[in-house]
Amino acid sequence: MATAAAHAGHDAHDDHKPSFFSRWFLSTNHKDIGTLYLVFAFMAGIIGAFLSFGIRMEMEEPGLQYFSNPATYNVFVTGHGLIMVFFMVMPALIGGFGNWFVPLMIGAPDMAFPRMNNVSFWLTVSGFACLLCSLFVEGSPGASGAGTGWTVYPPLSSAAGHPGPAVDFAIFSLHLAGAGSILGAINFITTILNMRAPGMTLHKMPLFAWAELVTAFLLLLSLPVLAGAITMLLTDRNFGTTFFDPAGGGDPVLYQHLFWFFGHPEVYVMILPAFGIVSHIIATFSKKPVFGYLAMAYAMVAIGVVGFVVWAHHMYTVGLSLQTQSYFVFATMVIAVPTGVKIFSWIATMWGGSIRFTAAMHWAVGFIFLFTVGGVTGVVLANSSVDKYLHDTYYVVAHFHYVLSLGAVFIIFAGVYYWFPKMTGHVIPEWAGKLHFWLAFIGANVLFFPMHFLGLAGMPRRYADYPEAFAGWHKVATLGGHIFALGMVVFVIGIVLAFRSKTRAADNPWGEGATTLEWTLSSPPPFHQFETLPKIVDEPAH
Amino acid sequence: MRTTQAQHRSTWGAGALGALLVSSSSALAAGIGQPVPWQMDRQVAVTAEAHHLHVFENWLHWLAFGISLFVLVLILYVIFKFNEKANPTPSRTTHNTMIEVAWTIIPVLILVAVAIPSFRTLRTQLSDPKADVMVKVIGHAWYWSYEYPTEGDKGGFTFDANVDEDKQPKLLATDNDMVVPVGKIVKVQVTSGDVIHSWAIPSFGGKIDAIPGRLNQWWFRADREGTYHGQCSELCGARHAYMPITVRVVSEQAYAEWLTEAKTKFAAIDNGARLADAR
Repeated sequence: MATAAAHAGHDAHDDHKPSFFSRWFLSTNHKDIGTLYLVFAFMAGIIGAFLSFGIRMEMEEPGLQYFSNPATYNVFVTGHGLIMVFFMVMPALIGGFGNWFVPLMIGAPDMAFPRMNNVSFWLTVSGFACLLCSLFVEGSPGASGAGTGWTVYPPLSSAAGHPGPAVDFAIFSLHLAGAGSILGAINFITTILNMRAPGMTLHKMPLFAWAELVTAFLLLLSLPVLAGAITMLLTDRNFGTTFFDPAGGGDPVLYQHLFWFFGHPEVYVMILPAFGIVSHIIATFSKKPVFGYLAMAYAMVAIGVVGFVVWAHHMYTVGLSLQTQSYFVFATMVIAVPTGVKIFSWIATMWGGSIRFTAAMHWAVGFIFLFTVGGVTGVVLANSSVDKYLHDTYYVVAHFHYVLSLGAVFIIFAGVYYWFPKMTGHVIPEWAGKLHFWLAFIGANVLFFPMHFLGLAGMPRRYADYPEAFAGWHKVATLGGHIFALGMVVFVIGIVLAFRSKTRAADNPWGEGATTLEWTLSSPPPFHQFETLPKIVDEPAH
Repeated sequence: MRTTQAQHRSTWGAGALGALLVSSSSALAAGIGQPVPWQMDRQVAVTAEAHHLHVFENWLHWLAFGISLFVLVLILYVIFKFNEKANPTPSRTTHNTMIEVAWTIIPVLILVAVAIPSFRTLRTQLSDPKADVMVKVIGHAWYWSYEYPTEGDKGGFTFDANVDEDKQPKLLATDNDMVVPVGKIVKVQVTSGDVIHSWAIPSFGGKIDAIPGRLNQWWFRADREGTYHGQCSELCGARHAYMPITVRVVSEQAYAEWLTEAKTKFAAIDNGARLADAR
């Protein structure tokens, strides 16, 4: 605090910022916390990508080339999953873009609980530190790290499979990150419900704010269940309880029910904010308002609600009864309907528009197609009878990478290219964004499409070594991974060029189509915005 | 929905169809019961139920392909027709009730069309026909053991199946195979002695988890003799990739001979201990 006082007022204008330490370590400003989240997500993403690179290198050929102990390979798989879900996608889409743009879009000066916002961020960082620690302490006998998969199923994650403390570290990591997310969710809900500018009714609120609102409810309701499940696992491991141990009357399948009750809403937590961002990018560059605004908002609500009652479609092979499986098949298919509404509404938004193909628009349009591909394979997997064959094969890996890696991650990049001028005042060269897109689009398809074939041919997932017959498609997939990685280099070059260039972004670099409130502010926005609240008049805000 | 062998083996897209049919016919020669290089679709089904699933899934993939293509065509149309140059003045249309109702109702109808065969195949899969042969399968880290219950003077033995890396196909072959008769309903009861495993045979169309404290059940009736391979399909630790499953389907006579031979070979004496161990 002393440092804050010492440097206060070095800015000439009234937009005074605290000193470095206060500003970035004791931050209560939603835009600074958003920036912290984005930088954190980028760094965690690099580590997660490094792990996936290890996986891809190993899978390039049958046999064990890089991992002398396949347990370490399992640790890489686990680390990749946990990092990408909890420490890359969620911090980027919710903590990063959510913090930055929800207050700006709804015309609020900041989040409702600025101090709690800071706590959320540092809990997430602490969680990540715990996860990194888990990589370096013993897990399964003779290997360090938790090799349980991101699902952490007991008994593999119990003392029987992983006697070392690595799983305990992973559990604490999820506790911390989960607590951070719950606090963040409370913050978003309070902000969105109470701090909208005068005249901005819920039905005039931009779709990104809607997306974050639904996401926050999903987090608030699902994360405590995960916390409960992993706490039970923790006491099973350390204090002699037997929630998941049949020897004491427990049941490992109970854990799976609890985990997926969280885990399925979690996948919508990762994709709903992306849905919101896509809507804005499509509308902006088509120079048209979003088609079917209310249907778009309530489709997200419907996806969120139904997302809570489909969890056991991850568990078709555990021996559920016919009635149970039939119900989950039916409920899962229902989700395809609101998702279809969103896909078609995006296309209808473009229909009749005057589309400018900026880098951000490339990513958004690419997303629509790739998410459709991931969506239809989801419908295939929804059928329990067919899923018995595909469950735990590379087909599933292909499916969820199409909706997450080519879905959520594509939209994280889209959001960066769309909002970078607003956030920093600098301009990423358009060619870099487009080149990055094409490398990522080709790379990701070459990487993940062959995994459908591998899955259909019977290749199980989470295998460090495999029969010769699967070698061909794995080699192709690894090639795709290299192309995707090349795209990441272009991304970094683009960012560096943006900061080195003297070009400054206009307040609204995207023109007439960009109608949300953040474009009415300077680029970058003042340290504190909307000291006088904007008034929303009849024009719909989307 | 009867289709020919060639038809139900083709899955992905019209472009790949020709190449696929060629690869399928070579697959028929080389790879029943195991994957072949560059395989793009399911392994050949050797039970009627797996065959029905194959046909159903094939249909699902054509549907998925059609929907993806439809969306792609719409996107390409929009890209060429409504870009800045082609259409400088954007419309302000944001509602069209008819089309919004249509893109809600039509997907519902498509899903109903998916659900009907889905429920039918699921009902067959989870039915409980009278078993001709029962085998208890126990997953261990990292091998499978098989128990053949006593029936008269037959059965009453148990044995372990470990990966045999010297045998082909590598990582799919085991030192001891599970042996069952052709054309008979074989019911497997699956459990685990430690962590969760999953007993999978792609040729029979599926898998079932081996969970400690639970006895799961699955059945199949293989139409043709042969050797069918699968692999553990639930992450179970370091050697997860090294606990394959081999099922040899033989004639009834050969099965009877194997039962006698196996009883001597896998000395039934330790049976009691094994059973206690697994529970």
